[in-house]
Amino acid sequence: MDAVQVERGTKVSRVFAILAMPALAALVTLPWWGDPGYMRLVAEMAYYVALAQLWNLLAGYAGLVSVGQQAYVGLGAYALFYLTGVWNMNVYLALLLAGPFAGLLSIPVSFAVFRLRGAYFAVGTWVVSEVFALSASLIGVLGGGSGLSLTPAILRGISPNRSERETILYLMTLAISFVVLAIVYLLLRSRHGLALTAIRDSEPASASLGVNTFRTKFIVYVVTAACTGLVGGLIFLQKLRVSPEAGFSINDWTVVVIFMVVIGGIGTIEGPIIGMLVFILLRELFADYGTIYLMLMGAIAIAVMLKAPMGIWGWVIQRYDLQLFPVGRRLALAPVGKPSEPIMRAAAGVVPQGESNL
Amino acid sequence: MEWVGTIIQGILLGGIYGLFAIGLSLSFGIMRLVNIAHGDLIVLSAYVALVVGQGTGLDPFSCLIIVVPVMFALGYAMQRGLLNLTLSGGLLPPLLVTFGISVIIQNGLLQGFGAYTHRLQEGAIETASLQLPGGLSIGVYPLLVFAVAVLAIASLQLLFYSTRLGRAFRAVSDDADTAELMGIDNRKLYAVALGIAMIFTAVAGVLFAIRTNFDPSAGPIRLILAFEAVIIGGLGSIWGTLLGGVVLGIAQAVGAALNPTWQILAGHIAFLIILIVRPSGLFPRMRD
Repeated sequence: MDAVQVERGTKVSRVFAILAMPALAALVTLPWWGDPGYMRLVAEMAYYVALAQLWNLLAGYAGLVSVGQQAYVGLGAYALFYLTGVWNMNVYLALLLAGPFAGLLSIPVSFAVFRLRGAYFAVGTWVVSEVFALSASLIGVLGGGSGLSLTPAILRGISPNRSERETILYLMTLAISFVVLAIVYLLLRSRHGLALTAIRDSEPASASLGVNTFRTKFIVYVVTAACTGLVGGLIFLQKLRVSPEAGFSINDWTVVVIFMVVIGGIGTIEGPIIGMLVFILLRELFADYGTIYLMLMGAIAIAVMLKAPMGIWGWVIQRYDLQLFPVGRRLALAPVGKPSEPIMRAAAGVVPQGESNL
Repeated sequence: MEWVGTIIQGILLGGIYGLFAIGLSLSFGIMRLVNIAHGDLIVLSAYVALVVGQGTGLDPFSCLIIVVPVMFALGYAMQRGLLNLTLSGGLLPPLLVTFGISVIIQNGLLQGFGAYTHRLQEGAIETASLQLPGGLSIGVYPLLVFAVAVLAIASLQLLFYSTRLGRAFRAVSDDADTAELMGIDNRKLYAVALGIAMIFTAVAGVLFAIRTNFDPSAGPIRLILAFEAVIIGGLGSIWGTLLGGVVLGIAQAVGAALNPTWQILAGHIAFLIILIVRPSGLFPRMRD
């Protein structure tokens, strides 16, 4: 009888990984051959991919549809500005602390919002974000309604030379977005990821198979908050100024991100990346028409939700069975006499030994 | 005595929050729909009244004769054309479709009217006040709004428990599949339900716009206030919705009396405390 083995990758994913290398190298070396305008655009794309991946992890996998992630963008930004401006902390250290700070605050927040289900959870997270925004506007040391700015001294601390500073910030943005992408990818490949995928497909079924759904969701919520805080700090390090309105903006940090994930394909790693590309493309094409492009995004999101709820990448998977970031497990016959052939996707019930004690 | 005045103001403020919340409570109660565009529909009603007022020269109250049917038709069409398509797909589709509608309304208003603030003018009644014994004075307009809220809730009660349509609503709310087997056309009923929800939304929008400045971005905070009133009152409870609004109003009035900048924050914090202490609200009727 043929032995069965677990496949964690596909031929396409291995080819993709090889092809991605030169593209990544091109992005990393961009400051030395591209103009600053491209650098800013690529940096924006990078942090939006990170935010989209994080929201996708929450909503697409853990079923926690939050519309309050701007809370953690704002908290990360304020933590960075406060620590550098008031405590004179080193800017890199402050950026590193911004993430854990947001993650720490997300713990008490989860006690309140986890009492709400479904769409009520969504609006509940929004209320929490409003509370943070209003509090920031009332606290004098945080600059009240006008917010905080990075002082020239802090900027000189990164680098006295402006173009060198832009290069450093650009590379940091790429690195952090890459790290966030890696965290999401590795988390989904781990046994927690298996639990998350099971929760995505059916929460009652995964609970009945022994997945601790509450703990899994709690971990995802806190990890996501911490990563979002880190990205938030990074975003506002480039904007040089944070105000309650900008830091806790639902439109900039959540609405746009949700559209990216939904259009690209929720519940996949590839989807948010594609959605981000579609969003940036539409924005560059229709930027001259002001608010029209946002209405267009809204209409496209509605159409996708009604006609193809799995988004662009979901449609691709259905048609071509491609996976660029394989997070699932496939059972395949070992090549004893016959060529190996993937026979089915590992569902919750056919988990190989050693992976089943979730 | 000052505190009595504050509490009375808070109760009256709760009237408008109760009115904001009725539409949301209704669409949740009947079709389990959380309409993210609810706040923007309130603001849209105000803009419709603005346009009607400018076109006909009618005062805002009289404009309701036109605004109410327009919003009913919009609600009916929205449920029929879009939201009914999301019924079977779980949590995300209705949430994201209403999210998309919200973005379209906000940016559409911005495109059409610009970011200027507007206000509807109703004349002397806006500033009239009643003198109560003990040196207290209360505004006639907030009192009127509160009376409208009580009337709205009472009429809903009547609709739900004394009419054929109300019986159908309750049947669909209890068990949609069985109701359909008994010959109810759920999809049409849902459309009528959102239409009725929009009637209350239209009234709330016009009454709020006489009191407060509005602009295209005024919707989201109205959604949040309506949502807080619904949750504080307890999901699916009609009178609870008004009482939730009143609790929220009192919390805001007390917060504002301590420091004028704390008004909205005090309401949010009261909401979060109630959420932690009594997650099913103060007067729960049903569970999600």
